[in-house]
Amino acid sequence: MAKFDYNDDSVVVIVGSGAGGGTLANELCQKGVKVVVLEAGKRQSSATFINDEWKSFGQLAWTDKRTTSGNWRVAKDFPELPAWVCKTVGGTTTHWAGASLRFHDHEFKARTIYGSVDQANLLDWPITLADLEPYYARAENKMGVTHTNGIPGLPGNNNFKIMYDGATKVGYKSCNTGHMAINSRPRAGRGRCMQLGFCFQGCKSGAKWSTLYTEIPAGEATGRLELRPESHVMRIETNAAGKASSVVYMDADGKQQRQRARVVCVAGNSIETPRLLLLSESSKHPDGLANSSGQVGRNYMRHTTGSVFGVFKEPVHFYRGTVMAGIVTDEAGFNPKRGFAGGYELETISLGLPFAAAFFDPGAWGSDFTYYMDNYANTAGMWIVGEDMPHESNRVTLNHDVKDQVGLPVANVHYDDHPNDIAMRDHAYKQGEAIYAAAGATKTLRTPPYPSTHNLGTCRMSAKGSDGVCNKHGQTFDVPNLFISDGSQFTTSAAENPTLTIVSLAIRQSDYIANQMKRRSI
Amino acid sequence: MPKAIPIAIVAAETLTGSTGDAIPAIPSARVSRRHFLKGSVVLSGLLVAGTPIALLAPSRAWAVELSHIDQNQADAIMVLARTLYPHKTLSDAVYALAVKDVDAKAADPKTIDVIKTGVAKLNDAASGKWNDTASLSDAQRTSIVEANQTDPFVQLVRGQCVTSLYNNDMAFAHFGYEGEAFSKGGYVYRGFNDLTWLPNPPADASPPVA
Repeated sequence: MAKFDYNDDSVVVIVGSGAGGGTLANELCQKGVKVVVLEAGKRQSSATFINDEWKSFGQLAWTDKRTTSGNWRVAKDFPELPAWVCKTVGGTTTHWAGASLRFHDHEFKARTIYGSVDQANLLDWPITLADLEPYYARAENKMGVTHTNGIPGLPGNNNFKIMYDGATKVGYKSCNTGHMAINSRPRAGRGRCMQLGFCFQGCKSGAKWSTLYTEIPAGEATGRLELRPESHVMRIETNAAGKASSVVYMDADGKQQRQRARVVCVAGNSIETPRLLLLSESSKHPDGLANSSGQVGRNYMRHTTGSVFGVFKEPVHFYRGTVMAGIVTDEAGFNPKRGFAGGYELETISLGLPFAAAFFDPGAWGSDFTYYMDNYANTAGMWIVGEDMPHESNRVTLNHDVKDQVGLPVANVHYDDHPNDIAMRDHAYKQGEAIYAAAGATKTLRTPPYPSTHNLGTCRMSAKGSDGVCNKHGQTFDVPNLFISDGSQFTTSAAENPTLTIVSLAIRQSDYIANQMKRRSI
Repeated sequence: MPKAIPIAIVAAETLTGSTGDAIPAIPSARVSRRHFLKGSVVLSGLLVAGTPIALLAPSRAWAVELSHIDQNQADAIMVLARTLYPHKTLSDAVYALAVKDVDAKAADPKTIDVIKTGVAKLNDAASGKWNDTASLSDAQRTSIVEANQTDPFVQLVRGQCVTSLYNNDMAFAHFGYEGEAFSKGGYVYRGFNDLTWLPNPPADASPPVA
């Protein structure tokens, strides 16, 4: 593993080691670029992951204090936990379920296709599906996505059998075990899926792709990557020329360090990324770094989500096997006749008994609640994931009244459901209930959204510096050697799980950064 | 990480008291009498023979020793837990785990105050008979809790129940959840797709194990 001097100003510093940061780090190293990755969390491995929901949550989740506001139900149920994301090497790729879907062409042109939606801040992406297709192909190969590159699909579990039966009975045409970055057979030095049922807790068989044991060791093997775990970044500094010059962080020993940098890339997920830019205010950048548009932190998106659980007369044991075991994609298209813009996917989900208690109906008690727990073994589940509307006032701001462990203001996450989000969620709830009823459910339960794992927007890319934070390469308009390298770049959320697109954008960004460095433009 | 079965598997002779999360089995009246002689507060009972939980345990007798709350408070929390999360056939041994976790929080004197006030409120509403299981119906208890559901004591017990009741091996056995799977090779050969009451999807939707 490489070791770089704090004063080495030839390195690229990447904040975060998840889907965006971990991928970008490896790609740059493969091109000969020296990289320092600053990761707030500790380094775990498949061996140290824990098949226990609460213990694993304690090991992997980002539980530093945050606050919430807005009319979304998460603010009521989980006021200090707006997001279920990870603080660990590999970031939320340790926790994700593996769904790897390409965006649709129309989703890159949301403003043009959907038109003007009241109270929404829709914008077309500055790139098209065609621009991203070659990078999607590289990402799918890297991640080993099923049904691409000759990789067979995964076998469906009991939870999927129910989804399939109900979905085909209500007339859906597209229901299968999906495009998953989980090995259906050994590949790339990693084993086959053991159907553990603990995808959310870090994959102990290593079958599920995570930057922790793919991109990061591959980058380290080049001798050009230094990963510094337990490095909590506090601010990005700029020089007289207005360029990003160094990154200040608290190291594992609680000491402040300053790492000089030629380029800085921020990939801290869509809450920490804008928070860091806002924390990096200076006399030259009084509203925060790269925020001349005022868009840093705005247009926070989290997907229109919710779950439907169905109770059946016979056993299901839905916790056995992959969590996201199958998908219905029929509702993903654009069809305004349904009464809302954008589309959604229905994907199976399962929870262990401890998390079923916490998430089936947060705050509930009494016999209505215990009915569902009593029927736990006979329950099937699906998760709604749909495009939510960007909204200027849905935003991440600094809460100066509450400080984190290093004394910095925490992020406040404000989210109001847009009428379009509510209409879509209601439609999806009904369709999910219809699927389970068709498969023989005796009762169904609508579960409200969990803390957000798909955090998007907040530093969106745009063709113009007046309404976005970064350009089509994730390069900030205000600071040419500062990049946004995670889902914060998303102009709109699309209906698909975001990881594949984050990885594809990171590969594309690495080409651009390496090229610009060679040409001495940055 | 292997998880201890909450009912401690210990020989009768070596049992000296409650440790960790384990509920010690009480093999004889002699041992439980010693607990009482020390002045401890204890919740105890018998597991129903033949239930999944009883199959896990070396002995049907169980007991939980408490350090901060008194017997009256312990019993009141027990009744409240059963009212909040009424699982008819779930053993008191599981509810006692929630009481034990509330007791641990009562190391903080502020929490003790919350418990004192909260128990008094429930008793006021129940004409002093909250702990008397025979004198109030389930519906009467539920309406008392409904009227007090924003009370910090009720909130404390409710929040603790959500994590304590359903996160132990006895609850796993009762509700039919199998817990840790890696050491057993996952479910690829242990029934991940063993559902037979619906037809199997075609191979193009759900390919065979590769």
